[in-house]
Amino acid sequence: MKINHTNIDLNFQEIHPGLSQNEALEEANRCLYCYDAPCIKACPTGIDIPSFIKKIASGNLKGSAKTIMTANPMGASCSRVCPTEELCEGACVLNHTAKPIMIGNLQRYATDWAIKNEVDFFEPGTQNGKRVAIVGGGPAGLSAARELARLGYKADIFEAEEKAGGLNTFGIVPFRLPMAISDWEIEQVEKLGVTIHTKTRIGKDLSADELVNSYDAVILAIGMAHVPDLGIEGENLKGVYDAIEFVRDTKTKPLSHQFFGKKAVVIGAGNTAIDAATSSVRLGAGNVKILYRRTSEEMTAYAFEYEFAKQDGVEFRFLTAPSRIIGDEQGRVIGIECIKMELGEPAEDGRRRPVPIQGSEFILEADMVIKANGQARFVGLIEQFNLHHDDGVVKVDSASYQTSNEKVFACGDVIFGKGQGEAMVVSAAQQGKESAHAVHRSLAPFFAETV
Amino acid sequence: MADLRINLAGIKSPNPFWLASAPPTNSGYQVQRAFEAGWGGAVWKTLGDPILNVSSRFAAVSFNGQRVAGFNNIELITDRPLEVNLKEIYETKKRFPDHAIIASLMVEPKQEKWHEIVKRVEDTGVDGLELNFGCPHGMAERGMGSASGQVPELVERQTYWVKEAAKTPVIVKLTPNITDITSTAEAAVKGGADAVSMINTINSLAGVDIDTWNTIPHVGGKGAHGGYCGPAVKPIALHMVGECARNPRIPIPISGIGGISNWQNAVEFMLMGATGVQVCTAAMHHGFRIVEDMIEGLNNYLDDKGISSVMDIVGKSVPKYSDWGNLDLNYNITARINQDVCIECNKCYIACEDTSHQCIDRLVDSNGVSFLKVREEDCVGCNLCSIVCPVDGAIDMVEVPNDLPPMTWNERQAALGLLNGTAEKVVKS
Ligand SMILES: Cc1cc2nc3c(=O)[nH]c(=O)nc-3n(C[C@H](O)[C@H](O)[C@H](O)COP(=O)(O)OP(=O)(O)OC[C@H]3O[C@@H](n4cnc5c(N)ncnc54)[C@H](O)[C@@H]3O)c2cc1C
Ligand SMILES: Cc1cc2nc3c(=O)[nH]c(=O)nc-3n(C[C@H](O)[C@H](O)[C@H](O)COP(=O)(O)O)c2cc1C
Ligand code: SF4
Repeated sequence: MKINHTNIDLNFQEIHPGLSQNEALEEANRCLYCYDAPCIKACPTGIDIPSFIKKIASGNLKGSAKTIMTANPMGASCSRVCPTEELCEGACVLNHTAKPIMIGNLQRYATDWAIKNEVDFFEPGTQNGKRVAIVGGGPAGLSAARELARLGYKADIFEAEEKAGGLNTFGIVPFRLPMAISDWEIEQVEKLGVTIHTKTRIGKDLSADELVNSYDAVILAIGMAHVPDLGIEGENLKGVYDAIEFVRDTKTKPLSHQFFGKKAVVIGAGNTAIDAATSSVRLGAGNVKILYRRTSEEMTAYAFEYEFAKQDGVEFRFLTAPSRIIGDEQGRVIGIECIKMELGEPAEDGRRRPVPIQGSEFILEADMVIKANGQARFVGLIEQFNLHHDDGVVKVDSASYQTSNEKVFACGDVIFGKGQGEAMVVSAAQQGKESAHAVHRSLAPFFAETV
Repeated sequence: MADLRINLAGIKSPNPFWLASAPPTNSGYQVQRAFEAGWGGAVWKTLGDPILNVSSRFAAVSFNGQRVAGFNNIELITDRPLEVNLKEIYETKKRFPDHAIIASLMVEPKQEKWHEIVKRVEDTGVDGLELNFGCPHGMAERGMGSASGQVPELVERQTYWVKEAAKTPVIVKLTPNITDITSTAEAAVKGGADAVSMINTINSLAGVDIDTWNTIPHVGGKGAHGGYCGPAVKPIALHMVGECARNPRIPIPISGIGGISNWQNAVEFMLMGATGVQVCTAAMHHGFRIVEDMIEGLNNYLDDKGISSVMDIVGKSVPKYSDWGNLDLNYNITARINQDVCIECNKCYIACEDTSHQCIDRLVDSNGVSFLKVREEDCVGCNLCSIVCPVDGAIDMVEVPNDLPPMTWNERQAALGLLNGTAEKVVKS
């Protein structure tokens, strides 16, 4: 990545320009249009991929985007952030004979067309009189709301932030997912009559009980919380950041030059770490290192993200854990003490447990430390709802998304973890859809006869 | 949502997309699957006296890796007993009363044969009949199909016989294996046809295997010519539809067939005068599911254009289609290369230099950067450079306005005739 030092805004523009019409047509015509295609099954939302690609080839872009958005209310953002080589593109039969079809890019081509041409695809269903509260307006909550609106429910989203979209809006770096894309997806949902009550934090502004008592059903889609403490000395020093907050600032505040030439150390090796590291590079940091206590094998970041960070010049220090953050007299970060690790016996999650190598401590110079060691859970709110959970991972029935309170359903990152599912936008979208249908199945018997 | 229903000579269908008479419409099972997928109508695989087919029937032509650019077959009409087909037509019509089922027919050119089959077939409740005067292989060797379809008198006479017995609309399906399709189309009109459909397949030999020296396809080492269809034949079919549509002596509806693979192709045929279209090869290549995009794409097209019914586009391009002698000789276009889009593959240069009018220059600017430029005063506006150009927007063909009034060849000749006439008079007097 060539960093522009005078105008850093340019560093945060979307990296890929999108396919040209020529490229899109050529690629669309290369698709075999398989019957019962494996890519469809590899997409968590089951988009009819050959059909949307055929429609690009025939010039029916509106139909193409509709096919995508019908199956996936987050279809535009997913085209940019899905780990496609592990999903649809990984399943493409052309992997056996040539190169897989660029499904993600074609999906982006069709949805970009829809955004540019301001087309709306869906209509709300006939009102059935039932009301559903959705807590959290991220990919899961928005998808649930859209499906409910199409089924005739009055869906109210309660969103703590000033804007919905969740991590799509505030968490994923703008050079991979511009905020405007998330805005468009939110707008599509609002146009169906869904009300989004922003700046309303459930548990604080309204209680869990109030929602449960005044709605016919509640869908909990609050995702996960801030980055947890590392539990080491020096976490409160100036220059220590929460990665999610750090990225959020790049999307919501004017970009600042304060990180020019700085040495940044990012702790963790998931999506968040990569996003924080590549953002630091774009903010002009002189050197960016990612510390991870296991090896590249165990990293939760996707292969494409790892590749992307390396291309950006991010250095990876594997089998390295932080043991102390060091500050100067003014309380500013000047370094970080680390310890070398080795992999021991597999833990209960199957991954080999990293163990410190005694006496291997060493110090890295650093001006800033970004914590990207996972996300905490909103345990307080989950307990206010009185739901069974496992360390903040809400327990649901895998078919009905029903929690231990039969009126409360949960989907998205709030149910991810403990070996369950994957924290991806596309799975949050699918779970949102499915929990809406589950709500419908549970409520329909009560209004079906009266309608 | 635009109204996609059509009415072709009294045959109604929920949309203009019909399956052509061919393997996709061989049985009730298939036609019912097609209707479930969304096809508006189906022309049943041609009925007649059962025949024997050979094994190894189809061949296709790939063009630069694009499969099934053209398709060739040596299959004959239905090889299933007539009673079985009639029973399935009856059952299918009962299950799908609003869809169009047309029975394609082919019998020996004898009046009583036609009368008999028309009666039996109409008893099943079909919406119309299509007379197969087009099959170019096999059946033609027995005096049927294109053998009768190439002789206007035979077309007229047989159409007449069918009309004597028929109660439902009669479509005459024409063969393209003829110099001027309007002559047989006119014969069909004279015989009383309610509509014509075109084209059936074009005489073809798909290929020769250069290792075994066998024909493609071959039946145990021997081949015979077949019928060609698929995307490659679309321009030929479109021309024939256009010629019939603009001919005042053929005032009946046209069902367009030949190489139609998507909604855009269908729109072209309808603009050129077809009231509906029939599809065979594209369905054989991809399955019945292609109709979903055809319907949706057509609907979106009409909505975008603010057209409420698909019937409103029928024939809209016909007035724009004429004879060479009516084209404006003073209309002038020139090629213009957009240097910022051009990728400098030089394909336009070599095409013009070797095979057109040598008017593209390869130049170098003051910074030593090479570029291509058209000498517009020498360009004849043939389009070749823009045709071979691989990049959209790199070459525009732009109109060069001039002060000359429009002048066609016919007008020019007429004017010259007048002049000459006056000149003669002067000499005489
Ligand atoms: C930095 C980063 C990069 C990522 N990159 C990718 C990627 O490239 N590809 C991919 O597929 N996935 C990626 N992910 C994961 C993906 O973003 C999540 O899996 C997805 O957003 C989960 O959706 P969700 O709706 O469950 O939760 P969120 O997106 O977290 O949305 C939850 C919403 O609930 C709101 N909320 C929380 N508590 C309350 C409350 N008490 N009251 C009201 N509202 C509340 C929040 O404000 C938020 O808007 C990334 C995640 C991060 C952090
Ligand atoms: C295998 C095959 C069999 C066909 N059999 C018939 C037939 O029995 N009767 C008929 O009228 N046309 C028959 N046709 C011609 C088609 O109905 C149609 O006119 C032609 O294929 C052009 O359309 P297309 O380009 O969409 O394939 C056949 C075509 C094919 C490929
Ligand atoms: S498609 Fe293949 S399997 Fe089916 S009849 Fe033809 S040759 Fe046989």
